[in-house]
Amino acid sequence: MREFFDEMYGADGEVRAAYTAIAAWLAETPPAVLETKREEAERLFRRVGITFAVYTEGGDTERLIPFDIIPRVLDADEWAFLERGLVQRVTALNRFLADAYGEREIVKAGKLTDEYIDTHPAYCPQMQGVAVPSGIYTHIAGIDLVRTGANDFYVLEDNCRTPSGVSYMLENRAVMMRLFPELFARVGVAPVARYPQDLLAMLRSLTTPIGEEPCVVVLTPGQFNSAYYEHSFLADEMGVELVEGVDIIVRDKKVYMRTTDGLKRVHVIYRRIDDDFLDPLVFRPDSALGAPGLMEAYREGNVALANAPGAGLADDKAVYMQVPEMIRFYLGEEPILKNVPTWDCANEGALAYVLDHLEELVVKETRGSGGYGMLVGPHATKKTRDAFAKKLRLNPSAYVAQPTLALSTCPTFAGDTAAGRHVDLRPFVLSGANGVRIVPGGLTRVALQEGSLVVNSSQGGGTKDTWVLRRNGGDR
Amino acid sequence: MLSRAADALFWLARNMERMDNLARLIEAAQSMAGVSSEAEEWRSALAAAGVDELYDETYDEITPDLAARFLSSGGVNPSSIINCLENARINARAIRTALTRDMWEAVNQGWIESRALTDDNFSPALLAETLDWVRTLSTRFSGAYETTMLRNENYWFVRLGTFLERADNTARILDVKYHLLLPRESSGVGGMLDYYQWTSVLRAVSAVRAYQWVYREEVRPWNVAELMILRTEMPRSLRACYDHIIYCLDQLAEIHGGKRGEAHRLAGAIAAELRFGRISDIFETGLHETLTTYIDRTRELGDQISNLYMR
Repeated sequence: MREFFDEMYGADGEVRAAYTAIAAWLAETPPAVLETKREEAERLFRRVGITFAVYTEGGDTERLIPFDIIPRVLDADEWAFLERGLVQRVTALNRFLADAYGEREIVKAGKLTDEYIDTHPAYCPQMQGVAVPSGIYTHIAGIDLVRTGANDFYVLEDNCRTPSGVSYMLENRAVMMRLFPELFARVGVAPVARYPQDLLAMLRSLTTPIGEEPCVVVLTPGQFNSAYYEHSFLADEMGVELVEGVDIIVRDKKVYMRTTDGLKRVHVIYRRIDDDFLDPLVFRPDSALGAPGLMEAYREGNVALANAPGAGLADDKAVYMQVPEMIRFYLGEEPILKNVPTWDCANEGALAYVLDHLEELVVKETRGSGGYGMLVGPHATKKTRDAFAKKLRLNPSAYVAQPTLALSTCPTFAGDTAAGRHVDLRPFVLSGANGVRIVPGGLTRVALQEGSLVVNSSQGGGTKDTWVLRRNGGDR
Repeated sequence: MLSRAADALFWLARNMERMDNLARLIEAAQSMAGVSSEAEEWRSALAAAGVDELYDETYDEITPDLAARFLSSGGVNPSSIINCLENARINARAIRTALTRDMWEAVNQGWIESRALTDDNFSPALLAETLDWVRTLSTRFSGAYETTMLRNENYWFVRLGTFLERADNTARILDVKYHLLLPRESSGVGGMLDYYQWTSVLRAVSAVRAYQWVYREEVRPWNVAELMILRTEMPRSLRACYDHIIYCLDQLAEIHGGKRGEAHRLAGAIAAELRFGRISDIFETGLHETLTTYIDRTRELGDQISNLYMR
């Protein structure tokens, strides 16, 4: 009796082809050796300083995300399918954003209302009618996928603002290659190391040729931000400056950074600060994280921003429900990747259904993220559900509900043996004037607690290396 | 490079160097255990570290254990070994991309290990081990930057921080110790206690052996002063530090198309005095006066470097 699809053992308990080498390796490696390797991996991560901050806890603000040493594997066909679906989906999301900040064809077609767009908290009125480079808004998108069967993948969430986690994808691979070189000799795994170069090429493509090398920078809120490690890692891997608000200054609608040699012009900013903090003249006046005048320089076309301000319009859970329709509307294609069926509690009929079926649904805040403020019905006590129902009735439009998905499991090292734990996958999709690119793989998050379905690192999740197998040794 | 990055690299190096000097100071003070002027020795160590007033506000009396703890793990002391390392890591973390992985790992690994060393679990028995650990750490750090950094601006700002801090520390140690010895000097030099104390000055800059190799005679005050101020072969002497500072500033000027500033003029003037100075002249002017001037001018040089590159 198998409740969940296991990615190694499939539905029938037979080892699936993609996992042949992993299964053999697990069978021949004593648990004590795996434990030693796991400890070594942790030491490596700590030494390099790959940490993240957890805001709700006091004390030690720098923690490691637990790393599981058993890789998660996708074969070449599975990946080719996902890749097609991701390119299609992100292309449609960018078309939607260009439309929402442009002509609003989607409103004219009666699919969304002006009011819905204009009152959306992530809608940025300052962006209306602004010509952005190549009409692209979400240059780096993280699309969260889950799997429920051999051929069943669902999109759980689109992250269009400043998705993080790509440094874990890269560092996880680096650590695995260091710990288990013999495994990589046995299995043809598609490399992910080119991601920083792809990212840089994409960022450079956002400027028109200017006769000099365009100056690209990464803008970080600083070392106390939870993703600071990633910001510095990416800047370092791309060989560009990691700047903070104090380092940049706007003069004559152009952006400069303060260097030991005086002011130097900046052409592209990969910003890892939220819209609200970009420019105190336009957004939050108390922000010192961005630079006064940045938005004006941007609107003049003197600097490119990735991602564009206001891109968050495309990633809330109410817009999510429209994405399959957007794919048909903008691209004239059938969606390749499925959405999870979603009940919008703003709708009265849906609300009644959700209240009736709380014990089998996951209810999320329409505008929440990070796994905070959600109810996992089947795992909640009756008391918690009743309390949640009360909140839901008070403010139904703040919530959407989805069935509890039977997330696939993947063998995960649990002390002395490998046991199935639930996983999801976040691939990173790059869109620039040079096209759409995805490195084969992504960040696999794993719920380390037995039976848990919550993979968020803020809620006790860990990560795994994600292997996409090369097609018969070809260099995919 | 970013002005902020230059500033952080400079202070990263200064904090690592200061930490290293503190360990030597503590070790030198410890070596006077059982000698009559033990408390004075610790007071001079506290003064050389610039925290004697803060110490007096915190404690009523000077004991070796309290002073050693104050200098090494003291949370209230902003320049304790532990806080220097904390500051170094904050600077390092702010500019991860300007560091090589080896440098970062040296600082970060040290910081992780240092977290066990708190005020509460400090014990005198662990002190020797701790001081060894500091030396290993600072050697690892300088080894990492010497062997892995590109010879670009980043490197010259790290070197500049190292040598400016070292010059400052050497001048302070000599000044404070000399001050302690002054009253006795009028009543005749050469007692056993003097010998111990001058040796302790040398020990604080790890130069006991160096002294023997250079002078091949018993420890004499003017030789010690000459060794620490003017001798080019002594790596912690003011002269040696300033030779490095000049070189770093010249490299930076070259990288910036020949652009120079007040920092270059001032460093050049100080270096020239050190290069052509005589110890007899220094004693004639007064050692304390001379050293105070060097300490002030070194501080001024730090400000000028900051004016030119870091804002």
